[in-house]
Parts: sequence; structure tokens; C-alpha cells
Amino acid sequence: MSIDYVKPEQATGTTRYVGQAVDRVDGTAKTSGQARFAAEFPYPDLAHAALVHATIARGRITAIDTAAARVVHGVVDVLTHENAPAMKPAPKMSMLNLGSIASSSSVNYLATDEVHWNGQPVAVVVAETVETARYAASLVAPTYQELPAAVDFATEKHNAVPEKKGNPLLEGGADKGDATAALAAAPVSVDLEFSTPQYNHNAIEPHATTAVWDGDHLTLHDSTQNIGWVRKHLAQRFGVPEKSIRILSPFVGGGFGGKGRAWPGTLLAVLAARATGRAVRLALTREGVYHTVGGRTPSTQRVALGADAQGRLTAIVHTSVSRIARVGGLPEPVTTATHHLYAVPNIHLSHEVVELDLLTNTFMRAPGEAIGTFALESAIDELAWELGMDPIELRLRNEPERDPVSGKSFTQRMLREAYARGAERFGWRDRDPRPGVMRDGRWLVGMGVATAFRGSIHMPVHVTVRLGADGKLVVRCALHEIGMGTATAQAQIAADEMGVPLESVRVEYGDSELPRGVGAIGSAQTASAAASVLAACAKLRKAVLALAPPGSPLRGRRIEELEARDGGLHHRDGGQTYTEILTAAGRDHLEVEHKPTMLGFLARTVRDSRRWVKATTGAQFCEVRVDPDTGEVRVSRWLGVFDLGTVINARTAASQLRGGIVMGIGMALSEQTLIDHRTGRIMNPSLAEYHVPVHADIPHIDIDYLNEPDPTMPLGLHGIGEVSITGAAAAVANAVRHATGKRVRDLPITLDKLL
Amino acid sequence: MRPFAYVKPVDVETAVLAAAKPGAKFLGGGTNLVDLMREGIERPDTVVDVTGLPFDTVDELPGGGLRIGAMVRNSALAADPRVRARYPVLSQALLCGASGQLRNMATVGGNLLQRTRCPYFYDTAAACNKREPGSGCDALDGFNRGCAILGVSESCIATHPSDMCVALAALDAVVEVRGADGTRRIPLTDFHRLPGDTPEIETTLAPGDLVTAVELPPVAAGSRYRKVRDRASYAFALVSVAAALRVSDGIVTEVRLALGGVAPKPWRAREAERLLVGGPADEASFRRAAEAELAAATLRPDNAFKVALAASTVVATLRMLSTEGASR
Amino acid sequence: MTEMRMKVNGSVESLDVEPWVSLLDALRDRLGVTGPKKGCDQGACGACTVLVDGMRINACLALAVQYDGREITTIEGVAHPLQEAFVRHDGFQCGYCTPGQICSAIGMLAEYEAGMPSAVTESPGLDEAEIRERMSGNLCRCGAYNGIVDAIMDVTGR
Ligand SMILES: Cc1cc2nc3c(=O)[nH]c(=O)nc-3n(C[C@H](O)[C@H](O)[C@H](O)COP(=O)(O)OP(=O)(O)OC[C@H]3O[C@@H](n4cnc5c(N)ncnc54)[C@H](O)[C@@H]3O)c2cc1C
Ligand code: SF4
Ligand code: FES
Ligand code: FES
Repeated sequence: MSIDYVKPEQATGTTRYVGQAVDRVDGTAKTSGQARFAAEFPYPDLAHAALVHATIARGRITAIDTAAARVVHGVVDVLTHENAPAMKPAPKMSMLNLGSIASSSSVNYLATDEVHWNGQPVAVVVAETVETARYAASLVAPTYQELPAAVDFATEKHNAVPEKKGNPLLEGGADKGDATAALAAAPVSVDLEFSTPQYNHNAIEPHATTAVWDGDHLTLHDSTQNIGWVRKHLAQRFGVPEKSIRILSPFVGGGFGGKGRAWPGTLLAVLAARATGRAVRLALTREGVYHTVGGRTPSTQRVALGADAQGRLTAIVHTSVSRIARVGGLPEPVTTATHHLYAVPNIHLSHEVVELDLLTNTFMRAPGEAIGTFALESAIDELAWELGMDPIELRLRNEPERDPVSGKSFTQRMLREAYARGAERFGWRDRDPRPGVMRDGRWLVGMGVATAFRGSIHMPVHVTVRLGADGKLVVRCALHEIGMGTATAQAQIAADEMGVPLESVRVEYGDSELPRGVGAIGSAQTASAAASVLAACAKLRKAVLALAPPGSPLRGRRIEELEARDGGLHHRDGGQTYTEILTAAGRDHLEVEHKPTMLGFLARTVRDSRRWVKATTGAQFCEVRVDPDTGEVRVSRWLGVFDLGTVINARTAASQLRGGIVMGIGMALSEQTLIDHRTGRIMNPSLAEYHVPVHADIPHIDIDYLNEPDPTMPLGLHGIGEVSITGAAAAVANAVRHATGKRVRDLPITLDKLL
Repeated sequence: MRPFAYVKPVDVETAVLAAAKPGAKFLGGGTNLVDLMREGIERPDTVVDVTGLPFDTVDELPGGGLRIGAMVRNSALAADPRVRARYPVLSQALLCGASGQLRNMATVGGNLLQRTRCPYFYDTAAACNKREPGSGCDALDGFNRGCAILGVSESCIATHPSDMCVALAALDAVVEVRGADGTRRIPLTDFHRLPGDTPEIETTLAPGDLVTAVELPPVAAGSRYRKVRDRASYAFALVSVAAALRVSDGIVTEVRLALGGVAPKPWRAREAERLLVGGPADEASFRRAAEAELAAATLRPDNAFKVALAASTVVATLRMLSTEGASR
Repeated sequence: MTEMRMKVNGSVESLDVEPWVSLLDALRDRLGVTGPKKGCDQGACGACTVLVDGMRINACLALAVQYDGREITTIEGVAHPLQEAFVRHDGFQCGYCTPGQICSAIGMLAEYEAGMPSAVTESPGLDEAEIRERMSGNLCRCGAYNGIVDAIMDVTGR
């Protein structure tokens, strides 16, 4: 494979922290209860808000009786479409307006009598206590005129239409060769239908907002993973300049994509604060999260594969139907991974989308790939059964040298190595290839594999780095900490770049006053920020050198000759500490910034994307035990071997990769959002009935990675937040197939499907 | 939740008196009632906290049985060495329910009287005869994967969600109740009612009746509990089986069998028991008996699998008891 | 309003609460003790786990008035080797479930020491399977389960 080698900007000193398993810098805050989340900021005049949710899927509010709610002692106000101050309408979706992409729907809440989904907020109660607000909300009595609604994906999917071209967020359909003809001619083939249900993010922190207006200045504590977008969106909706909005989100209790946009709770908290003149906290109930924050679309997918007798693929057809809402939503790029995984001359990929009268869908951990790989990697496994071939062997036999659809190079692709290492470490050779013969006592044992794939993106990030005369470093950027260890990773990088101890670095983040960051979405944050931290530190070293006083051993040196270590710059022949240099120069600090322009960034991105496909990949190994009496499935072992570029923090990286696998196990075995086919209402809006995995469902998950830097990325680094959920559900399904002989094509694989 | 008055009597007379007022409701650990009040499903005027009453011990009965106070916490009962030794099925059933934290809160009385987890019961926007008599039953043509297959009616197909009660049903437990007219004793299998046309009436208790204790007669047979659910822990049963079995020379001499997750009440499988006693303790007769018990099942599209699941779970549980003998 | 007193993390607090105020809301909103988290308010996640006289419960389903005169320990009042072990083993990511996990683990270890069985108790010894079952009332959507189990194993010396 040939690649133009772009020298990664790299540390001038010896790497001391990058790659190490250092403790999280916020570990003590999180284990002592000191970390404060969005619903935990006290204000003297704080009032609490609760939402009233529509109970019909579509129609009009003919009347809304708030009398009973208003007389409850402690109620401050009840806002409905009849009395609420107007917000500006949601901006029209445009790629040039991030505030519009932040928009979670086109609905103008509390402005009209229209109801667009079952669960839509139709009133907000503001009260002195959270109990009063909730109780009074239960007394608000809307009456409706119902209109016919299309809510059932299973019946409506036949009305799906091909996805509109030109959505830059999507890797759309693709055609290469003649897949239909090749499939018909193939000596061995499989042609399977799959389905996946709606999934919800279910971050354990329900979305919460505390909104405080001071004149036209708004302070917001918001559980967002996307400060920049949300601020833009709020500025547009409330007609104030962006700079008069301050969003503070230092700690966010999980996101997984669900906190990436401006959902109605945030808007209505701000609206209620404006209407009542009070500081208002709106912490959604768990049910409220289900009713107002979209989840992952359900899908049906067809995967047909043709191969010759040696297992060389001749055709791939992968089509999908997913849904959005009539009031918005993002079409799910279900077949993205299928563009890139197998060397095959004939490819047909396409998406269809149906609009329903439901809450909008949204991105959730690895949108597209998470569910797309379930179908594709299950089908590959099934083809291996047809061929009587080892499923790893089948994959390796079709591993492409260049990107199959586009013909571009991969910047890095080490799936072969991942499978080889994984097979060894997992004990794949002990797998009896026959289905249903491996046993542990009465349990049936099965082993399965699947490939993980997630495209890698990054965004421009503005950072400042400040070096104090005391040798301490402050990195400032409006980044988000939703669990990935943001501050820790950037501190590690900055410490290495400047050659200072980790303890001397503080990362300031989670505040819109800081230089513009990037949403914690699309696995983009860490790598994007790292690029700017590297660039800023390079500038900072130069600036320090320029200050070197007369007589300094650094004087007259070129920066390339120096090493940043031991709290200063050093040359073979001697060096000086930052403190010495700054003190001598009479400076108490030095501050530099790196602020990439959007235009330059876009130009580079476009150039890069014409040359390369950048992605993280992996090999997932799963072992299950299936109870032959009851069909219960337990995941008993797991290994994921990933090709991710450089790993910044061995410990937090492993945790994040495990987290994706845990969510993938949930996807595979127990999770699904149940939407009533008559009413469009979510019927399991609770953590008791939506079954995310618990401790007892999760075995030790073994994580391994190749740690080869991607030569085209700063520090050789990719984002890693999403790749590990991809392929996970297929690995489970393939293991179940091995244990039982049954191919389950409809997620989740609940026990009734195995009886 | 709707405002209410709170009282915490320390003697049983005051408690019964306080609860005799219309709109009063007893409060045990609160793990079900508080949830339902917050959802607006239960709307009591007065909440009578019974956790101060002196029924929080497990005592020996003459003849080898046990008397369990109604305020004994689920965790304490599960850990009681006498329960573990003599009624392992009960200890196991309790330990399969809810979570460590919830078991520390939940009382025996509250567990007996916990209400269904039917999703339409929980959503005040849905039609539900149990919550709103006469409003209809949205579960019939809705999500009914968790619903009952035995003892149901056209007005309600909800299950009773308790694990503990399934074990109690198998053990011939008797519930002691204190009402306005004094103390009554109700066999557990008569305690809960089938829905018929009045699914809102779930037990044979009169308003204001206080559960004070549960009595267990001695049981000689080895017993165990098997619960099947959608995740490995912290989920309600799809199907569960409480069984006690004694085999002598390959012949079943005593059997007790109750099913959970399949009926509006803990389901004592008398028909299966009848077929089993005196017959061979083998897989074929276990299956025949289970299938006979389930022959009367009324199925909905989503819950039809429960017939096969219940049958194999019965077989698996009896197989285990017959091969391992004791509880484990 | 009911007047009540609780000892919270060692200090006696008197407060006036309506009977419908949960222990969780009393702690978080009335006393500003925000360590215990609200993840569901339905007993279904364990984020609100606190210790009452050393016993773990879900504060969201507890009415505050029921705990008059009791001693409540939240994460703010915990000083336990588990906290450091959680950091060392990365037993969390976002940290939202963490106060509940740690309080739950402390209560769980006490239960184990007192001889409380679990649904998977087969043989003596607090092995991984035991810890997983006993900790299943605490969800972690970040999926930090491995780290949590390792942290607990670590402090129990296994
Ligand atoms: C997330 C979750 C998961 C759960 N999982 C399971 C499970 O897997 N298996 C299972 O079996 N259960 C499960 N439960 C239910 C739990 O077991 C019950 O909520 C609990 O047993 C109820 O006991 P309590 O003392 O808290 O009752 P409360 O909530 O206090 O009361 C429940 C009812 O009983 C009445 N009552 C209480 N005491 C008396 C008395 N002495 N006399 C008369 N009436 C009385 C009350 O008025 C009320 O109607 C779960 C609960 C939750 C929240
Ligand atoms: S099954 Fe019973 S509880 Fe469920 S909706 Fe129907 S009537 Fe209500
Ligand atoms: S908040 Fe109490 S269990 Fe979830
Ligand atoms: S650490 Fe985020 S939910 Fe557990």
C-alpha cells in the first residue's frame, strides 16, 4: 500500500505520558461527589420546570385547561401555546449553519396548537419545587382533535423513498459493476433480510438544563456534548448574540450522541426562565428523555452476497430502510461500512427513508455503522457457513488493498494483523467449526467474530496554551467531558509537548467562553483538539525560545535542535527552565493560540478525502453460552483487537472501547424501544423495561490494540469513541449461530427467538 | 405526586383504624407505592407507614414451620438461615427479585401487594381496565410479550410480577390479615384474584386490611427457584418456576410446583402436580405434566412463546431437583 | 410540612419537608447534597444509592419522612479505599453513576461480610460472578463494569 508520508507533528521530547495508563485528572472529583452536573447548580431564586407531554401522535390542541395546575400551591406559571412568549422558528436545515444542524426538529414549541408526535411537550409548568412542578404538570388537561398519523415503521416502511442525494453528512448509495448480475451468476450466495429496532442512548444522567437570564445575557448549565452548536442554536431561537450566551458544561453524565443537539428541554428551560424572570431548572424525567430526545432509527436491511467456490466475493448488495420524522431527523447512513470492508468487483448500496409522525431520530454511537455492520457481518458469517469456510479466513481472503468503491488508499489498514493477533489470543483454533457441539455442562457454547469499522473525521479546534513563569501550563478550549477523559488526554499531550510534569498542566474546558472547541460527536473531539494542542505547543516553544535572554545556552539555537523536557528547553550543551526564561524576560506568562480557519480546514479535508480513506477498524471476538432449555444467552468471553492509530491513554482508551462493546452487547441481546403501532407512543420509557446491560450481563472484556500511528494524522491519532460498538452485535449473533445453529436476523436476540 | 397526609402508627390497632378511612393506603418499603404515586397511578389521601409496626421478625412455629412478619425486609428474609435451610426456594426467589438496594427496602407485605408491570398500566395515557375500570385494555393488541397466558380474561391479561409470591404459592403459605373485624388467615393461593371482569380488584383483602404475617408449614422436599428473564439480573420474570420435589426409587412421592410470569397471580400448577405424583421422575413425565398444565393457555401474538418456555423451565427445574436432590 | 431530623454525613440536619418529598430530593434540593444522583427516579438504575445506617437503599423511592432519625451516608461522607481503587481501575467514565456504584459497593461488602447470600451464591468467596450479581442494581451506561468489578476485587484483596 502506498501512502504519501506526511510527517506527523510530533513531540520534540521523549514521550512520557502519551500511551501511558495515567489516572484521570478528574478522578477524585468523580469519586467523591464533588463533580457537579447540570441540574446541581443552586441559585437563590431557582424555580423548577416540568413538561406536559402530548398523548396523541398528530393533531391539534383544541383546548388546554391549566386551571387545576395553576391553583396548586407553589406553582409559578403554566406556559402553553396560548400564553408562552414566542421563540424564533427553528432555522432551516443548512450545512452552512451549525445552529440549524443543532436543531433537533422543525417544531416551534408552545407557539402553535399543532402536535407532531406522541410525547411532544405541549406545556411547561414552573413551580417552587420539583415535586410541585411535576404534580401540577399532571393536572394540565389538553383536549385534542386527532389527525391520522403514520407511526408504525413495520407497516410504513413500504412507503420509503430513496434517500435524497447530496447530504454531505452521509456516505450515500454506491454502484460499481453489476451487482445483480454477479449475484445471480455466483456459485455460492446468501440473500438475507435483517431488522434492528429503535435504540435509545439512555445516558444515566437525564438531560438537564439550568437557565438564568440577566437582561439579555443568558447563563446555561446544560448537559450537552455540543456547546458550540447549542449556543448558536439558542442565539438564533432567542434573538440574542451568541456572545451573550454562556454555556457551562464541565461534567456531562454520558451522551452517546443523545446530547449532541438542542432538544426541547433545553429550549423550554430557557423559554421558561425568560417568561418567569426566574432561574429555571428543567431536569427531564427518564420518561421525558424518551419522549423528547430522539433515539437511533429502526432499520430493515437486505444483504446479498455472491462468492466463488473459493470464497472470493463477487457481489455485495446492501440496501436499507430507516426512518426520520416528518418534523426532522437525520437519515441514517446504514451502509457506510459496506463501502469499505470487502474487495468485491460488483457493489450495490442504497438507502431508503420513510418519514413518520414520531419524534425525530438522531445520531447515536456510530450512526450507520453500528447497525449496518450487524447486517453485513452477519451475512458474511452466513456465507462462511454456506462455503464451509472459517469466517476469519473468508474475511482475510476478501481484505481489500484499496478502498473497494472509490479506489482510494487507506491511510492505514491492519485488519489482517488484528485478526491474526485476536485469533491467537482468543484461542480461535479451539473452536469446533460444527454448530451446536461445543458444550460447557448443559450450556451450548458458541464463538463468533465480526469486523468493526468506523470512519475517522476531525474538525477545526481553537485552543490557547498559557505557560506561567511558575512553569505551569493551562490549555483552554471549550471541549466536553462526557466520560472519555478529555482533560486527561489533552493534558498528557501538552505535558509531553512542553516537557513538563502532568501535574503542571491544567485543561480548562466545558465553558463556551473558552476558545471554540468541537462537539463530542463522531469520535472527533480528541484527535481534533490534539492537533491544535500540538500546533499551539509548537508555537509556544518558539515563543519561549525567542525570549531566551543573552547568555542563555539557548540563545541562537534553532527550535529543531532543542528538546522540551524537565520543565524547559534543552540542548545538548545545556538548557534553561521555562521559569528561568520567563523570569529573566520579566514575563509572568506567555500565551499562544492556535486558531485554524474553517476555510483552510475545509480545503485540507476535501483534499485529504480525495486521496484517502481514514478509518479505525477492529476484529471482535465473542463467546456465548446458550441455555438449551430456555434460550437465554450469556456472553461469556470477549476480545476486541483494534487498529486505532496512536492511543493516548491506555486506561481510558480501553474503557471507552469496552463501553462501546457493552452497548453493542445490549444492542444484540436486550435493548429495544417499543413504540405502540397504534399511538406512536413509547411504551417502555424506563430503565426497568428498556434493558440496558447490567453488571451480570458483562464478562471481562479483553482489549488489545495495535497502537500503530496513522501517518496522516497529528500524533498518529484517531478518535476511538465509536468503533467498538460496530461489529459487536454481529459478533454476538455469529456466536449464537455457532452455538445453536440458528441465525437470528432480527435484533435483539431475545430468548423467544431461540426456543 | 398528589399531596397526601402521612402517619406512622406504632401499634396495629391505630394502623388499621387509620387505614379504614377511604383513600388510605399502607406504605411498606415504598418501592412500588412511591413509584406509582409519582406516576399518578396511585393517588392516596393518607399514607399509613407500617414499618414502625412490630412485625419485623421471623419466628419458629410449633411443628417446624415459620412465621414471617409482614414488615420483614426481603433481604433479611432471604438471608435468614432457617429460610435458606428449609425453604431454599423462597430465599432464591427473593434473591432473584429486583436489586440489593430494593430488597433492603421492600417488605414482605409490600411484595405480596405489588402491582403489575404491564406497560399500559404504567402509562396514564393508555386504556387500562385495571387502572381505570371500563377504559379498555390496550395490552390485548399492543405489547403483550410480558403478559399472562393462564387465568386471563378479556378485560385484563397482566401478570403478577412478584418472585417471592411464586415460592410462597408452592410452599402452601398462609397470609395472616388484620382487618376491622379482627384477624383472618388466607391461603396464599386464594389471596390474589384472577381478573375476570374486575381486574382492579387484585386480592381478597377488604379495604383497610393489614397483612401482618405469612406462615409457612414445614416442607420436607428439596426445593429451588428458576427465573428466566431478558437480562441476567435486575429484570422481571418472563417465566419463573418454584418447585419442590421428593423422589423415592425413581418415583415422585411429593411435588409442589408454581409458575410466575404466566398468570395474573402466582400460579400453583395443581394439574401438573396431580399428574406427577406416583409417576416416574423422568424428563418425559415432567414435560407431559407441564404441557397439561399449560394446555388451557390463552395466547396473544407476542406471548405465545411462554408456553414452550414455561414447559422447558419446569422440566429443567424438576430435572435439576431430581438429579441434584437438594436445593443446589 | 413534617419536621424531621437526619444525620447526613455526620452532621445533624433538621428540615421541614412535605411527606411527598423523596429522600433523594430532600438531599439534593433541600440540603444541597448532590452526590447521590437521579438517573431514573424509579428504582431502576441505582444512581441514587445511599447508605442508611450502613445499609444501601435507593433514595429515589424512599420518602424522606420515613427516614426521620436515621443516619444517612452519601458519597460526600464516604472515605473508603474503594474511591481510589475506582480511579486506579477506571471504574467510571462520565462519573454520573459513580457515587451510587461506590455507595452500593460499600453496602454490598457489608452484606457479604454479614453472610447475605445472592442469587448466584454457590461456593464461599466473593468472586467476580458474585460481585456482578450483587452490583446489578447499579447501571453504568458508559459500560465501566469491568473497572468497577476490578476495583471491588482489589479492595477485598482478591
Ligand atoms: C426497578 C424494580 C425492579 C423490580 N424487580 C422485581 C423483581 O424482579 N421481582 C419482584 O418480585 N419484584 C421486583 N420489584 C418489585 C419489588 O419487589 C416490590 O416493589 C416490593 O416488593 C414492594 O415492597 P414494599 O415494601 O416496598 O411495598 P410498598 O411499595 O410500600 O407497597 C406496595 C403495596 O403494598 C401495600 N402494602 C404494603 N405493606 C402492606 C401491608 N403490610 N398490608 C397491606 N398492604 C400493604 C401498599 O399499600 C402498596 O399498595 C422491582 C421493583 C423495582 C422498582
Ligand atoms: S393487561 Fe390489564 S393491566 Fe395491562 S392494560 Fe390491560 S387491563 Fe391494564
Ligand atoms: S434514581 Fe433511584 S434508582 Fe435510578
Ligand atoms: S460512568 Fe457514566 S454511567 Fe457509569
